[in-house]
Amino acid sequence: MKVGRFGSFRFKLIIIGSGPAGFTAGIYSGRAELKPLLFTGDKQGGQLMNTALVENWPGAEKGVMGSDLMMKMRKQAEKFGAEVIDKKVTRVDFSKRPFKVWVGEEEFQAEAVIIATGAENRMLGIPGEKKLLGKGVAVCAVCDAPFYKNKRVLVIGGGDSAVEDALVLTKYANEVKMVVRRDVLRASKIMVDRVKNSPKIEILWNSELKEVMGENRVEKVRMVNNKTNKEQELAVDGVFLAIGHKPSTEIFKRQLELDEKGYIKRLGEFTTMTSVEGVFAGGDVVDFRYKQAVTAAGMGCMAALDAERWLEKNYV
Amino acid sequence: MTAVHFSVKDFDEKVIKAKGLVLVDFYADWCGPCKMAGPVIDELAGEYKDKAVVGKVNVDENQELSSKYGVMSIPTVVLFKDGKEVDRMMGFKGKEGYEDLIKKAL
Repeated sequence: MKVGRFGSFRFKLIIIGSGPAGFTAGIYSGRAELKPLLFTGDKQGGQLMNTALVENWPGAEKGVMGSDLMMKMRKQAEKFGAEVIDKKVTRVDFSKRPFKVWVGEEEFQAEAVIIATGAENRMLGIPGEKKLLGKGVAVCAVCDAPFYKNKRVLVIGGGDSAVEDALVLTKYANEVKMVVRRDVLRASKIMVDRVKNSPKIEILWNSELKEVMGENRVEKVRMVNNKTNKEQELAVDGVFLAIGHKPSTEIFKRQLELDEKGYIKRLGEFTTMTSVEGVFAGGDVVDFRYKQAVTAAGMGCMAALDAERWLEKNYV
Repeated sequence: MTAVHFSVKDFDEKVIKAKGLVLVDFYADWCGPCKMAGPVIDELAGEYKDKAVVGKVNVDENQELSSKYGVMSIPTVVLFKDGKEVDRMMGFKGKEGYEDLIKKAL
């Protein structure tokens, strides 16, 4: 490990997270010569790594592959002096300064911290789901759809991402059934029309998954109709979860004020400051509304500028 | 050093019949995290060349192999010892993740 500005483990700024918010914070604070240390977590590049073409990134008129965009952001942050470490922060202590950040047993200290841990896929929490994750239970249709050529798959959820997943899967799977808890789709009209026009997609309304079954791979599921309470088993090869995201804030509970859904609250004198002075946050970890690559990047920039100004005021 | 590529044709000979450790990275060109893992796998091929063979399987070109070894999400690395699977890891967890896998099996 390279040596930070204050010795082997103390840094001016630690950034936690490696999506657009984290890397943009890395670019800005790197250019400001704060020599930030950036922990990527175990999903380097964040959610964009799991998308195909990003068509709404300004300046990329022909679109840009999510993974290419993220790898370029990483290189750009490194170019300006950010030290990027492919590790996941497991514990923090923000109760006094310098702040402490742990990766397992390894301790790091920072004068300021930017949290950009983003959001993670929500899981159903039903039997079999965890055990069969990656063995038929999947959270990324774009990534895993090609493994389901000529197979039978379920998509769980009724929002835009569920609809997108179902449409991606029709290119490979023989049979795509959407399991929707209510009797409507929450997705945008244009997407709903595409689903209704697809001969391969069938929608199971008022339905909820209760169990995923199989030894080494998904073989069948047990589901219930929540109107009639009728249970049925269905033989399938894949179960794609698209029931939304939740902010990745588990390790910040009892350290920072979170709202009722787990998003980090911003309360300080700076726009991106959290309930602890010197700890800043940006991107999907604070944002329940927009959740775009470009808004996350913008907030990463704001957090870096805020951290820089705060550091100037507090540590000469 | 670039990691070797295995295919349906030579997988038995180079992985299953091989003595010692062989780490196989199942990947595809369209997979974002695989692109991040790729250069790391190449590095490992060089750094561990005395202790293990490190290679790759393109799942698009070798569907038989991915289905035979139950790979349904990529990147997945499978570690073989004397031709038998001893460990596997799904997703890219950084260079150390792979190194831990190899070290545990050495």
